Amino acid sequence: MAETDIVQTGNLTEERIREIIREEITRAFKKDPAKKQGMLIASKGTLDWAYPPLILATAGAAAGLDMSIFFTFYGLNIIHKDFKKKLKVSPVANPGMPMPVPMPDIVTALPGMTGFATGMMKGMFSKKGVATIEELIDVARELEVRLIACQMTMDVFGYDQSDFIEGVEFGGAAAALSDARKSHLTLFI
Amino acid sequence: MAEYTEDKLLDASGLLCPMPVVKAGKVIRDLEEGQILKIIATDRGAIADFPAWADDTGNELLEWHEEDGKLVFYIKKGEED
Repeated sequence: MAETDIVQTGNLTEERIREIIREEITRAFKKDPAKKQGMLIASKGTLDWAYPPLILATAGAAAGLDMSIFFTFYGLNIIHKDFKKKLKVSPVANPGMPMPVPMPDIVTALPGMTGFATGMMKGMFSKKGVATIEELIDVARELEVRLIACQMTMDVFGYDQSDFIEGVEFGGAAAALSDARKSHLTLFI
Repeated sequence: MAEYTEDKLLDASGLLCPMPVVKAGKVIRDLEEGQILKIIATDRGAIADFPAWADDTGNELLEWHEEDGKLVFYIKKGEED
């Protein structure tokens, strides 16, 4: 340490030193790169579970966060070019699903029930005015939410990069975790 | 009751989460610091969402109230970062 520094700090009162430390900490927090970034992992590929990651990512982006979604396993369905056909919901083993009439489990397993339940859910959501998955994807892209597909699960499921919608990036666990480390907000969905 | 005059009006009636905040985020970008955005919404979630959103974005929720069954919010644009 230079002699002048010693002389200068020697003149500071304890109170002043504390004040300087507080100012420096405040400044460091302002510079914190993690502060304005959020990262979600979307792992589910049904219509109902396609909503949460897209809703949270767009709401986060609207609040000024740099958002990214890492799509892995069945979550890849959400950003597949055929997402409209791929995203379905099944009443089988889903006792939480609201039904217009009480339905015995055996009935929910009949052929055609998945199509019926999917149509019912889409109808319910659109009647209430919830944005469609397509609209949410458009908004996400407009707000520059990064959409990252997991390359490993793509390889396992036999997907090609061209199977996905425009603007999707590709990466692995290390890339996802690197994003997560810089984020104050990380959710696994 | 509101004593504020808005510089911009956003009618988010009928829109559900997350669209009211998404639209507000878009619209407020065009305002200058200190200008006021009035938002009309019908989504009950907005009562919690707009204060949180304003806090996160450095904007200030001046006041909100219900009017003819609709929710009215006045938000003052803060400093841009």
